[in-house]
Amino acid sequence: MTVLAVVEHDRGTMTSASLGVLTAARNLARQMNTKFEALTIGANADRLSETVANFGATTVHQAHNSMLTDFGPEAWGESIAQVVRKISPSVVIGTGTERGHEIIAQAAARLDLPAAMNCSEFDKDFNGSQPLKVVRTRWGGSLLEEAQLDAPIKLLTLANHVVEPQEELASTTPTISTTEVQLDESVRQSFVQDRVERVAGVTLATSPVVVSGGRGVGSAEAFAPLEELASLLNGVVGCSRAVTNNGWRNHTDQVGQTGTRIAPDIYIACGISGAIQHWVGAMASKNILAINTDAQANIVTKAGYAVIGDLHKVVPAISAEIRRRQNK
Amino acid sequence: MNILVCVKRVPAPGARINITSDGQQVDTAFLGFTVSPHEECAVEQAVQLIEKHGGDVTVLTLGPAEAEEQLRTAVSVGATKAVLVPIDTADWDPQKTAQAISKVISELETKNGKYDLVLFGNESADSCGYQVGVRAALKLERPIVNGAKGLEIENGVAVVRRESDAGVEIYKLKMPACVGIKEGINLPRYPTMKGRLASKKVAIDRSEATGDTGGLKLITLRRPPERASNTVILGNGPEAAPAVVDLLEELGVFK
Repeated sequence: MTVLAVVEHDRGTMTSASLGVLTAARNLARQMNTKFEALTIGANADRLSETVANFGATTVHQAHNSMLTDFGPEAWGESIAQVVRKISPSVVIGTGTERGHEIIAQAAARLDLPAAMNCSEFDKDFNGSQPLKVVRTRWGGSLLEEAQLDAPIKLLTLANHVVEPQEELASTTPTISTTEVQLDESVRQSFVQDRVERVAGVTLATSPVVVSGGRGVGSAEAFAPLEELASLLNGVVGCSRAVTNNGWRNHTDQVGQTGTRIAPDIYIACGISGAIQHWVGAMASKNILAINTDAQANIVTKAGYAVIGDLHKVVPAISAEIRRRQNK
Repeated sequence: MNILVCVKRVPAPGARINITSDGQQVDTAFLGFTVSPHEECAVEQAVQLIEKHGGDVTVLTLGPAEAEEQLRTAVSVGATKAVLVPIDTADWDPQKTAQAISKVISELETKNGKYDLVLFGNESADSCGYQVGVRAALKLERPIVNGAKGLEIENGVAVVRRESDAGVEIYKLKMPACVGIKEGINLPRYPTMKGRLASKKVAIDRSEATGDTGGLKLITLRRPPERASNTVILGNGPEAAPAVVDLLEELGVFK
């Protein structure tokens, strides 16, 4: 019996989501009174064993194959499947990220096992032999599902940000176990073939200030005052799905379940009603200021702060007030 | 080229999702339904590809009989054929769904020849399982890459663009291939009058759904605890501006 954590990395650099997975896997192994082991994929990830050891893994499995120099969902899924067949763990935990979901799905399909994605809680009485009860998030977190994973080996991904990473050294140096995985030529084509690196700068995902507009803005042109306010606050402009659906702004500006999840210091939501689709993308904001004509709008009742009024008048007034104080 | 797009009928919730008293489903008594957002974009992408390269777009759904509505919606924006795989419940588990879908696709291909592309949504909006496309692709023995924010055909190869923290990754898949599409790849069009008429007339083919129950079982749905609302109203109309700027100063976002 083992709990196996699958480490997500990009060409040898571990992703932050992996740290939560290592922590959760260790905690679950302790509850089950069993071993906590980890898996890294590709020789370029061998050096991650040290980080993994800091989280208390007793064995680090290293999957090797000359093809494994970059990310490839099928090859990674196949690698997980082969290591799982070799060591028969009780539970396998991957990251709740785009890559994590994809490789766990690939492994599950290859092993013909069920998989539960985005789990946030595990049954406190689970000891390894019975079906595993989990809580997993649906609708981007606005709905929870209690589910039962009934399989000899439980495959799942951990919802991102639910487990705080906590290092804890194992009492002994972890054993390194290398597996030469056999990869069919057919998986070669689904590796990353090329990359275009992003130009550094403030993005919607990282900006500390986001000024966002919804259906209430009314047109693409009417975003100008929002642009101005964002620029005065060194922030960026976001929008709701209604706005992108109307073609007023590009999807890259969309905050929401199918857009970008943000966590700025302040989120200024103008003319946005706050439908679930939007709220799940904005709810991690540290402060929310809603500007809306409707005092009963969902976003107004959920926000920390609100101004009741027409955004077309309120937003320019805020910009004017900022300039007035700047000029003092 | 021939493209098949798998879509799912999902509820279109507003500000609050209610659950039926047995905890098994979203209460849809007062909700409309829609095509899950990623799949809506998959249909649009398929239609754009056949506009460029010629061919047919078949749209397929496994769902209740009412999901015919979503198939007709897809036809109204340019899909040419529609296949309904009816089931008695709102949802099947991911393993059973993938098994049933891949069987139907194989049957359709025996009759009509292979689809160059089979498109899925990255994940469904309601159950967020992230796996049906991957499982179906493996059963169909063709490659799949998820998270596509770009899909073009270049020299008979499907070129997939996908976003990552560092930038954009490019994948090249020999067809026949499967791709998981993400919203944002395009802006889905609105139906034209001609499209609406076509959607009323299109014949909906029906295929039988068969699959074995998988190992992930829903016990119950529940809502996360709500945050207590104690919104501070800073004022009404433009007169609230000084109070807003005071707050911005207090939070340190404006100095």
